[in-house]
Amino acid sequence: MDEYQVIESKSPVFYDKYERKAELQHQTHYCPGCGHGVVHKLIAEAIADMGVQDRTILVTPVGCSVFAYYYFDMGNVQAAHGRAPAVATAVKRSNPESIVIGYQGDGDLAAIGTAEIVHAANRGEKITIFFVNNAIYGMTGGQLAPTTLVGQFSTTSPWGRRPSNEGYPLRMAELLATLEAPVYIERVALCDNKNIMKARKAVRKALELQRDGAGFSFIEILSPCPTIWKMTPQEARKWIEEKMLAVFPLGVFRDRKLAPMADGVPQTTVTKLLGLDKPLEVVTRPMAVKDSQPDLTVKIAGFGGQGVLLLGQILAEMGMREGREVSWLPSYGPEMRSGSAHCHVCLSKERVGSPVIEHPDVLIAMNEPSLHKFSKMVEAHGTILYNNHKLPAGLPPCEAKIYCVPASEIADGLGTTKATNMVMLGALLELTHTLPRETALALLKAKVRNVKLLDVDCQAIDAGMACLRKQLGSSTDAHAHDGELAPCS
Amino acid sequence: MAQARGKVTIDTEECKGCGVCVDACPPKCLELLPGLNPYGVHPARYTGMNCSGCGICFYVCPEPGAITVYRLIAPKVAQPPMEGSHAATL
Ligand SMILES: Cc1ncc(C[n+]2csc(CCOP(=O)(O)OP(=O)(O)O)c2C)c(N)n1
Ligand code: SF4
Ligand code: SF4
Ligand code: SF4
Repeated sequence: MDEYQVIESKSPVFYDKYERKAELQHQTHYCPGCGHGVVHKLIAEAIADMGVQDRTILVTPVGCSVFAYYYFDMGNVQAAHGRAPAVATAVKRSNPESIVIGYQGDGDLAAIGTAEIVHAANRGEKITIFFVNNAIYGMTGGQLAPTTLVGQFSTTSPWGRRPSNEGYPLRMAELLATLEAPVYIERVALCDNKNIMKARKAVRKALELQRDGAGFSFIEILSPCPTIWKMTPQEARKWIEEKMLAVFPLGVFRDRKLAPMADGVPQTTVTKLLGLDKPLEVVTRPMAVKDSQPDLTVKIAGFGGQGVLLLGQILAEMGMREGREVSWLPSYGPEMRSGSAHCHVCLSKERVGSPVIEHPDVLIAMNEPSLHKFSKMVEAHGTILYNNHKLPAGLPPCEAKIYCVPASEIADGLGTTKATNMVMLGALLELTHTLPRETALALLKAKVRNVKLLDVDCQAIDAGMACLRKQLGSSTDAHAHDGELAPCS
Repeated sequence: MAQARGKVTIDTEECKGCGVCVDACPPKCLELLPGLNPYGVHPARYTGMNCSGCGICFYVCPEPGAITVYRLIAPKVAQPPMEGSHAATL
């Protein structure tokens, strides 16, 4: 009896059973004759042959292939519509050893996800995108896609696509080939066995390039959608050959040598970035707040870049360390610098009702416009700390007491105006005695990693305290520090 | 009659009856069954004659595991593998 050996069979990269429904666990959810299954098989075969199944991550799209994760026994991430290239970027960058594949339809990639694919390609992300172009939205029932042919009917081009109304078909392979970074771009078709073999080679080549560390690779696959095209599977294959190839010519549009870009990007981890690799400082919350410490509401206002929001955060965090209920409410414009910014901070023994402060106890005005704008809001018994030596002319009378603390100048004298907010913090601590200086120093030590900057910040706090102490003069006996201040660091 | 060089088996539960393999097979040795499978389609099957073991039906079929292709183990003259096949193991 002659013996036979298996030469083609189901790839081990597919699960034995697909856990998608109670029944039908042995077949895909695709329509009979759909091209998605063929593409799946080509990808699976290449992955198995390359021996990279255990380090391959597939990013699936929204569209008919959304459920690809039911079939591929490897890493799977399902991205929001069109976002597969962005998700794949993150996956690859955080797992550089992985083979990362984005799988997308033409609605997904060329319509809602146009921005993501163009920029991932332009950045030369070391990922591989398989772009299944069936010239239509399959899953949602046949709306016009950017790749729909001129004259092709769809539910949203019921008279056939007209360039005057819907524009021309988008050629993604050609479009991406105008970019510098991609290393490999090819268009193939699933119209017959010969072309499927070419597609097989292209799929493999793209994945091998990624395995070897090359940059962005992109394979566009013209694929039949018999259901929406309202054709038999055989007619659909013929339609690709007769109609699609004329609009989407096959071929290699980019084939670059390896490593076109020097990789100068330093690699780090989120854990390191957040400083979580070091043992965390355990902060124990004091049981109860001493009654003698009054509640405090502060409004801090100035230009963006003056550390207005950060000062508020530090105050709030100090309050937390002291066992208070706190709130911090920032408000800022779209500009990062030189716009105006302000924030509200509440430190309270009770739960904070609203983080919005209509009449703050203290206003820290980091610039003149803020003083003009907000001085009237301050409580009658309240205080204003103003960042200058003297008050500006024409300030309308207000009931609050105003102290001039030239914080920017003091900080500049210490070497950097960045410490302006810390001078103000010092002045505030001296003024209110709601929060101890030591808490500020401990907090800064935990937050500021640069030793020099930490030192300047500590000096700034002390300078701010000294500046205000001088102005409070003899009237501050009650608040005066007993003895020497502890050293900063 | 000489032993065919190849043969295929088709899982009638996985096959969706699209007929693509039937069309693509060069020696036309596949057909759709007249009867329906439990899912209401006419699944494909091997007629039992003339399969060359070329593997074409496997690659055109969209279902991952519907078709398995076998090739005769020739003890003396080894078959040169055609493009489109790969060394699968038993
Ligand atoms: C944000 C968002 N917008 C719209 C949809 C609806 N939607 C689901 S699939 C799809 C189109 C998919 O078409 P294509 O990418 O060509 O894939 P195919 O189904 O043809 O494989 C759309 C618009 C969605 N799921 N999410
Ligand atoms: S609608 Fe089209 S793309 Fe979607 S599964 Fe059916 S044939 Fe495939
Ligand atoms: S292996 Fe080739 S000859 Fe045999 S059934 Fe498949 S397509 Fe036909
Ligand atoms: S191509 Fe596959 S699914 Fe289609 S009839 Fe043949 S065996 Fe069945």
